Amino acid sequence: MTDVTLAPAAAASRRNWSHFALRWTLFTLLGLFALFYLMPLFVMITTSLKSLEEIRTGSLIAFPREVTFDAWRTAWSEACTGIQCEGLRPFFWNSVVIAVPAVAISTMLGAANGYVIAQWRFRGANLIFSLMLFGCFIPFQVVLLPMARMLGLMGLAGSIPGLIFVHVIYGIGFTTLFFRNFYVTIPQDLVKAAKVDGAGFFRIFWSIFLPLSLPIIVVTVIWQFTQIWNDFLFGVSFSQAGTQPVTVALNNIVNSTTGVKEYNVDMAAAIIAALPTLLVYAVAGKYFIRGLTAGSVKG
Amino acid sequence: MAPILDITNLRKNYGATEILKDINVSIEPGDFLVLVGPSGCGKSTLLNCIAGLEPISGGQIEIGGRDMTHVSPKDRDIAMVFQSYALYPTMTVARNITFGMKVRGADAATQERKLKEVAAQLQIEALLDRRPGQLSGGQRQRVAMGRALVRDPKLFLFDEPLSNLDAKLRVEMRTEIKKLHHNLGATMVYVTHDQIEAMTLATKIVVMKGGVVQQIGTPAEIYNKPANLFVADFMGSPAMNLIPARAQPNGQGTRIEMDCGGSAPIVLKDSRATGLPQDVILGVRPEDIAEAGFRAGEGVQEAACLIDMVEPAGADTYVVSSLGGKQVTARLHAETSAQPGQMLDLAFDLSKVSYFSPATGERLN
Repeated sequence: MTDVTLAPAAAASRRNWSHFALRWTLFTLLGLFALFYLMPLFVMITTSLKSLEEIRTGSLIAFPREVTFDAWRTAWSEACTGIQCEGLRPFFWNSVVIAVPAVAISTMLGAANGYVIAQWRFRGANLIFSLMLFGCFIPFQVVLLPMARMLGLMGLAGSIPGLIFVHVIYGIGFTTLFFRNFYVTIPQDLVKAAKVDGAGFFRIFWSIFLPLSLPIIVVTVIWQFTQIWNDFLFGVSFSQAGTQPVTVALNNIVNSTTGVKEYNVDMAAAIIAALPTLLVYAVAGKYFIRGLTAGSVKG
Repeated sequence: MAPILDITNLRKNYGATEILKDINVSIEPGDFLVLVGPSGCGKSTLLNCIAGLEPISGGQIEIGGRDMTHVSPKDRDIAMVFQSYALYPTMTVARNITFGMKVRGADAATQERKLKEVAAQLQIEALLDRRPGQLSGGQRQRVAMGRALVRDPKLFLFDEPLSNLDAKLRVEMRTEIKKLHHNLGATMVYVTHDQIEAMTLATKIVVMKGGVVQQIGTPAEIYNKPANLFVADFMGSPAMNLIPARAQPNGQGTRIEMDCGGSAPIVLKDSRATGLPQDVILGVRPEDIAEAGFRAGEGVQEAACLIDMVEPAGADTYVVSSLGGKQVTARLHAETSAQPGQMLDLAFDLSKVSYFSPATGERLN
């Protein structure tokens, strides 16, 4: 009798134990991976908070003995990018002035394109969509020369509007793809109902589709902002002194120092240049809500 | 009375594929027209053509005496209820219902008044501030109807509005739509694949198949005198029995002979039918076959049949036998003594039967 009742209990406890062991192995492994990935960030942050003296004498992965924000101040407003010594600040603002309108314009255009391609089927819609998709796969390098010529002809060479233009053009393929794929999941009946209700093309877009689009707008904005903010090639090719984005300035700070290499300033500058994209993820990630529209149009 | 909807020679092609072929339908004010047919028969496309949501390839559509063939949906004076309800997901129920008025520039007071009326009529006052995502299927259905009602159009269009509801709710809403039609005296065009919905709601039914109108008529006409084998088989549940038979002129009427398994053929005499070809298909509804002695009348003829199966269904009992190589269902009274494997005398009401040509499938009588 006792055997019969004990045997399953013993089996259960064995199962529990192996389950427990498996879990902990998994978590330990995951923890190690996370540490491995966080290591460079840790080194960057600690190095940026150390003085040059300490960097020279101390260990790479040690905590700073004395925390100082001098390197951050230098990187922001004093570091030399070639002959100019104003730090990242002016270039940071260049990047903001480039990225914000470029993200906004390319997102709006993508939404409008996606709306038309997904919901107002016309002859050749698929061909146009394929061509736009093709645009996503053209490498940056290929368009450099033709784009430089275009910008010259348009009188936008070396200017911030020129860079905005380049990023908008290059982004339309992706933004259209995002919005189109989002809008094809919305039943066509919605457009039909609105048509019967008397709404026109823009009214339907504005009153019905845009309010539905928050999740995909967030995705598109994160994607576009990251792309445009982190872009280096277009930034270095189509800018001149005074219109360079922060990525180009960062490169100049790191590569144009003479004498002692100021690792703490380089690290601080790199973190400053990366902060906005981190911020966008932190803020917008919250709105990454799935299923915002689930159940609202289907029965 | 002038027809409120008049469709003449309507054609619709997608490339080389013909979706609708030469459709002619016309209805009077107050009619409830049901377009019914199996999926892919073009009924929804026809409805979209009436709404102006699909351009047509030929023919003419008149609504309220005006040629609307090339008029955009918003100017056709119609309202439509969709299968998916198509409620605007980001708007509250109230704004869903008033959206059309707002687009058309109605003033706020009118919007408010009509919203109140419709909400009261459909008993959705409590839901006005909710969003479609927070509603049940039945509630969404009501809101979708509200959005149509508030427009007060010449023509209501319904595209399979009940097919997303569960069986119980479907029957409830069906009754409600019928009541609404009765109270409003409105003209409605309703698409469904459910022949029971068609029978219960319609004042006029259009049966379609493969883009071709098979028959137009009142529910009684469609049910009692189907124009061809397709209509006979599609309308009615359980379906009409379609039995291959041989016909011979016999004095005043016709002698009808049906094979009956291994035993001798069953012979019936239809005193009214004349001029039938030698081979026919006899169409007889299950309720027109009764147990001998339970049905009397001029056209009733009795014959003994071998019963294969007995299916009690509460109010009635269905018995299945085999005639002319087909399973034949008869609807008997609930207390029948029929047993599977035994012979039973059945009474065929020949005054109600249809004859079809096996070659063309068309009705012969």
